Amino acid sequence: MSLLDVKNLKVEFETADGVVSAVNNVNFSIDEGKILAIVGESGSGKSQTVFGMTGLLDHNGKATGSVMFEGEEILNLSNEKLNQIRAEKIAMIFQDPMTSLNPYVRVSEQMTEVLIHHQGLSKSDALKQSISMLDAVRIPDAVNRIRMYPHEFSGGMRQRVMIAMSLLCRPKLLIADEPTTALDVTVQAQIMKLLADLQKDFGMSIILITHDLGVVAGSSDDMLVMYGGEIMEIGKTEDIYSSPTHPYTQGLMSAVPRLNDSEERLTTIPGNPPNMMKAPEGCPFAPRCNYTLDKCNSDSPVLAKVSDNHFRACHVAKEKIS
Amino acid sequence: MIVGKKGKIKKMAENLSESGAGRSLWKDARMRFMQNKAATISLFILLSIVLFSFIGPYFAVWSYEQIDWNAMGSAARVGMPSIESGHFFGTDDLGRDLYSRVIQGTQISLMVGVLGATVAVIVGTLYGATSGYLGGRTDQIMMRIVDILMSIPYMFVLILLLVVFGRSIGMLFIGIGLLSWLDMSRIVRGQTLNLKNKEFIEAARVTGVSDFKIITRHIVPNLLGIVAVYATLLVPGIILAESFISFLGLGVQEPSTSWGALIKEGAGTISYDTEWQLLFPLAFFVVSLFCFYFIGDGLRDALDPKER
Amino acid sequence: MSNQEILEVKNLKVNFDVRSEGDMPWTKAKKLKAVNDVSFSLKAGETLGVVGESGCGKSTLARAIVKMVPAESGEVVWLGNDLLGMSSAEIRPYRKQIQMIFQDPLASLNPRMNIGEIIAEPLRTHYPKTPESDVQARVSDVMNKVGLLDNLMNRYPHEFSGGQCQRIGIARALILKPKLIICDEPVSALDVSIQAQVVNLLMDLQEEMDLALIFIAHDLSVVKHISTKIMVLYLGNMVELANSEDIYKAPSHPYTQALISAVPIPDPSVEKNKDLILIEGELPSPINPPSGCVFRTRCHKAQEVCANEKPDFKGLSKDHSVACHFHD
Repeated sequence: MSLLDVKNLKVEFETADGVVSAVNNVNFSIDEGKILAIVGESGSGKSQTVFGMTGLLDHNGKATGSVMFEGEEILNLSNEKLNQIRAEKIAMIFQDPMTSLNPYVRVSEQMTEVLIHHQGLSKSDALKQSISMLDAVRIPDAVNRIRMYPHEFSGGMRQRVMIAMSLLCRPKLLIADEPTTALDVTVQAQIMKLLADLQKDFGMSIILITHDLGVVAGSSDDMLVMYGGEIMEIGKTEDIYSSPTHPYTQGLMSAVPRLNDSEERLTTIPGNPPNMMKAPEGCPFAPRCNYTLDKCNSDSPVLAKVSDNHFRACHVAKEKIS
Repeated sequence: MIVGKKGKIKKMAENLSESGAGRSLWKDARMRFMQNKAATISLFILLSIVLFSFIGPYFAVWSYEQIDWNAMGSAARVGMPSIESGHFFGTDDLGRDLYSRVIQGTQISLMVGVLGATVAVIVGTLYGATSGYLGGRTDQIMMRIVDILMSIPYMFVLILLLVVFGRSIGMLFIGIGLLSWLDMSRIVRGQTLNLKNKEFIEAARVTGVSDFKIITRHIVPNLLGIVAVYATLLVPGIILAESFISFLGLGVQEPSTSWGALIKEGAGTISYDTEWQLLFPLAFFVVSLFCFYFIGDGLRDALDPKER
Repeated sequence: MSNQEILEVKNLKVNFDVRSEGDMPWTKAKKLKAVNDVSFSLKAGETLGVVGESGCGKSTLARAIVKMVPAESGEVVWLGNDLLGMSSAEIRPYRKQIQMIFQDPLASLNPRMNIGEIIAEPLRTHYPKTPESDVQARVSDVMNKVGLLDNLMNRYPHEFSGGQCQRIGIARALILKPKLIICDEPVSALDVSIQAQVVNLLMDLQEEMDLALIFIAHDLSVVKHISTKIMVLYLGNMVELANSEDIYKAPSHPYTQALISAVPIPDPSVEKNKDLILIEGELPSPINPPSGCVFRTRCHKAQEVCANEKPDFKGLSKDHSVACHFHD
């Protein structure tokens, strides 16, 4: 049985200009101890997918479908229960750690609070555990640093603090929403390595949300590519990189500038990101696709099997896409 | 952060509407303002009041300073509101027509409020924008001057001015205008400091646009939103100040009048069964103030949708 | 003409005064060396890529060249004239030859002006007497050039996506037909597919107009695609300057090596097996930079001499210079 099973997840927002559908019929599952990457550009609905799953949508958002976590339905549970699940079993880290750290409270207090509140530890035990967790994320001099305020840490260190905090209750699943986007490459490398190590040590699963195909390549077991709120392609990371079968995946792969090739011009995907306010009929990628058929503008393609564990949503035959 | 994401989706959507003419931020703001019922109704009521103060006199039977000798001294019996006698709102204790006097008071009070706010806005905006844009030592000195002026007890000085130099609307203007721009200049300076580091200002500087043009073309238009909001909230403040001064008997001079002066007279005679003398001016006063506040609120929401 | 150097920066230094909170008004401010002794030259049609992590002074360098921040010392020689010595009136005619594009595409456009006004502003500033019809013609011409429909002229910035806003910014920079465009992280805020569009556009324009570019970015893979030569900055100091091929094939400075190795490669078979040179520790405070070589506190090759002596910035070959005692 998989740890998390998402079925027909839909996320919609009620706005002044009508209902905006941000995520459309998303299905995926993640096994224990695996890293799943959700890849997409801005507006692809990758973040809203996990916000919908974990009940963190904005007040005008609505999620429907089914999200089974450890065999139990967690979608649209009461806030109280969701809070408990988010504190103990599903942890999240964000692009900007300052959104989840209180700038006026010492790190030590923010960390111990979680343990005291959710695990009933005594204050000194909680402090001890917090320090060892900071050690685990390789913050030097953790004993003293834990007394500092969040703003006294550098960007990379702050992200480490955030990771340490999220791991305090030994979650089964860690959701990392663009954890390294705001960081420099050298720091990004450190953090990604850290995450990979921690994943092994703690045996948890990770959902990694990112737009950076390089990061995905280095860290994930499986990946799913989203565009316009829908899944375009899903499968093993190696499979998708070695033989992308969806025109969008292909376009994305070739648009990434690479250090290791000497091609001067970059390949581009023409056009602009999709307009979620008036989502196109049919395939969301159709307006920018090179292979568009008549059918693409009217019927939304469904995910179809390419090989074991590899699915794509495209009307065009796989062989025609070079 | 989640709100941000939603905003992004919405923004993207607007970006891509390919047809039609451009929607400026002002147009957007107007649309949002119109959607705010309280603000639109307030605007309508306020405009009606203003209109009334201009057309009203044509229907008046009595002028604001004319004394109805019949009603003089016996306002409670003769001077009640009636259509036949021509005193639509009744008379005051001296037998003067309250309808005309309320119209006159409305004109004066609104004029003091609007003119006072205009002076405050112009002086405050220029002072604040200059101080903020130039920055450094100039900014420090200019803001310390504001601090010093702010620490002067405003009502006390105003009353002193009126006592020493005699009561006149001119003096009242100077007194109120002199001090109410201070807050404005601070707000504007803060906003300017914010704007100054925006990349579009930098872009203009790199291109070689002069400082004067940068202030007038790039900074001031982007300040107008907050200035407009603050100005609509400043008008009732000034009207209140004027009313307070008039209530103390130091404001406008007889036979001219203002809301404050009328309310004072009405309140003074309330025990003689002439409650209309208080209620009519009070109603105009309260309704107008409410309208200004609602409009200010509506403007703030319309001009700064992110803050909601 | 193409072989002539148009810009030469010599020993440029930029310091900022930093005051800490408890300082009295008369305490002397500490000096933050944001840019320390940077020199390079640029020919028409060339691109200099400037890379480094946040806080390395790359944006300050760009702003010092166009005198948006005052330089402490050094020279910025533009077509034979030193810009730094000029008054703001004297420098005005040169402003039209050097333009800039910015990181945040939306924030670099005045939200209260429509696209036509934004793009025309440099033209109206430097040639105020241009008849309105000519201005319109020039604006629609340059809009077409950057791939925007000219019927969008009356629209406002918030109606466009990030990529389109960046095109508007480029159009504004191009309208005066400049010789140099300084691009401050122009694609960092854009999506991958849009990033490629903008980079290609810049390269096309460069070829067409014989533009020189200074391309600042923290993403080495983008820089590599567009640059003729690349400068690596660390804490305001140049650590390596070389042809773009050389920098990637044979990086000499340990910092450059680490930087390159940290860039993730979008290929699982390569990325999962590569040897990562991780830089340990944190960026030292630029107010108290390390003695000697600024990188020594995080360098795996550091020895005693690195703490005592600042390494010279010396040439390995004609186009490859490095500041390290133990370079490869």
